[in-house]
Amino acid sequence: MNNAPALIELKDVSFAYHQITVLKNVNLSIRQNDYIAIIGPNGGGKTTLLKLIIGLLKPDSGSIVVRGQTPQKASHIIGYVPQEVYNNRHFPISVVDIVQMGALSPKKHLFWHRKKNRQKALEILDRLDMSEYVKTSMGSLSGGQRQRVYIARALMTDPEVLLLDEPTTGIDASGQVEFYHLLEAFNKTLTIVMVSHDMMAISRHVKSVACVNRNVYYHEQSEISETTIQSMYPDEKRNECPIELIAHGMPHRVLQHHDHCSENGKSE
Amino acid sequence: MIEALQYDFMQHALIAGLIASIICGIMGTLAIVNRLVFLSGGIAHAAYGGIGLSIFMGWPFLMGTIGFSITAAILMAIIALNNKERSDAIIGVIWASGMACGIVLVDLTPGYQVDLMSYLFGNILTVPKTDLIVMGGIACVIFMFISLFYDNILAISYDEEFARVRGVYVKSLYFSMIILLAVTIVLVIQVVGLILVIALLTIPAYIMEQYAKSLFQMMIGSIFLGCLFSIVGLFFAFEFNISASASIILVASSAFFINIGFFRR
Repeated sequence: MNNAPALIELKDVSFAYHQITVLKNVNLSIRQNDYIAIIGPNGGGKTTLLKLIIGLLKPDSGSIVVRGQTPQKASHIIGYVPQEVYNNRHFPISVVDIVQMGALSPKKHLFWHRKKNRQKALEILDRLDMSEYVKTSMGSLSGGQRQRVYIARALMTDPEVLLLDEPTTGIDASGQVEFYHLLEAFNKTLTIVMVSHDMMAISRHVKSVACVNRNVYYHEQSEISETTIQSMYPDEKRNECPIELIAHGMPHRVLQHHDHCSENGKSE
Repeated sequence: MIEALQYDFMQHALIAGLIASIICGIMGTLAIVNRLVFLSGGIAHAAYGGIGLSIFMGWPFLMGTIGFSITAAILMAIIALNNKERSDAIIGVIWASGMACGIVLVDLTPGYQVDLMSYLFGNILTVPKTDLIVMGGIACVIFMFISLFYDNILAISYDEEFARVRGVYVKSLYFSMIILLAVTIVLVIQVVGLILVIALLTIPAYIMEQYAKSLFQMMIGSIFLGCLFSIVGLFFAFEFNISASASIILVASSAFFINIGFFRR
């Protein structure tokens, strides 16, 4: 069990897009040093959940607290690594310029801190083995390299949490392995929250899983290692497991049924 | 060309062309990377409503047109922001209705309107000195805006969502950008006319995007290219006695197509 204090706390959060409920009465505590994979079907509200946590969206009801503050005020605590978008491939921008973007803040004008920020950006890039690409233009990097740049950008505020939205999109298999190793290393000091579209390949280093489909069901580390073969989604009536969570050393990780979870955890 | 510069009107034309190139280089770069080219077309054509209004009310051209264009631009930006999927249709509607307003207002104005054509196709050879001063002033404002907010503008242009997470005032910067774009377009309408303004705004920036390593380089390069096109265009106009605005645009578009051919290989 992870008994660390909650870093991010969602209480009875509901959110609707144009009167269509996306998330309903969501309760979730993200504790320090956790490594959560957020999984669920498309349109189930994974990205919405992430946008609520970083303060891009405001919940219709309920509350979200990040280290005792609103998500907007606590934005420096969370390092956000957005989903890779390809419509900006031709944008003329170098790696270090993107990383420096991470230091932007409404109060201090970046202008005055430029030298300090650049130094910091170079250090972070060095830590990510990207120092040879500092002046390279972003469009000529591979998917995995670009993802590292976005992580470097997120690290500019010295965050406590790293929030990644589908980080392995467009990265080849070997790149993904490397990428998960990187995240594992970060998890020693950082809390990691990762939305994953690819339910087949969740890193074995993931400590807990949150299933999002209008509601959020949180599965602890201890629970994941059990091998109760049951459906992950309550509305899937078939007996066989619709989704396999494949990981090294553990051929078939299956989560407990959500009903069971809510009985025990009294999440509702 | 040198002998041509003995004439006052040629000197003014050259200065107007160069200032237009400078502001187009900066704002055209922003229009391209923020995908505001269609909106710019909308502003340019809706500006005709402002021209009509100025003629009808007897206001000076710049004041009435800039006011009208800024209003139309903000309107388009607000509606487009709230209805992203159909923003092109909405911009198209305002584009056309702005022009229609202009035509009707000119119809309603008694007397014959001689220089209407000059707004459609521009008349760089008749730009008065006061307008040059206004253009220079606006160029300074744009310079200041860019140098103060370069990092923020870069962030919202590249990744608006991330900029918002980092607490950048995305909306106010976006609307400032739209307002400056509208002012730029009105000023450049005088040089090349509302039909051709989009070319001077986008061609230099589009060519430079392929070679630039940063947004700043793209702006500087676009300014340089724009100035080159204006000078060469004016030279051809003087040598062959052809319309100056069309000559500038033809030089620019030739460069554009040569560049495409060059880039393919």
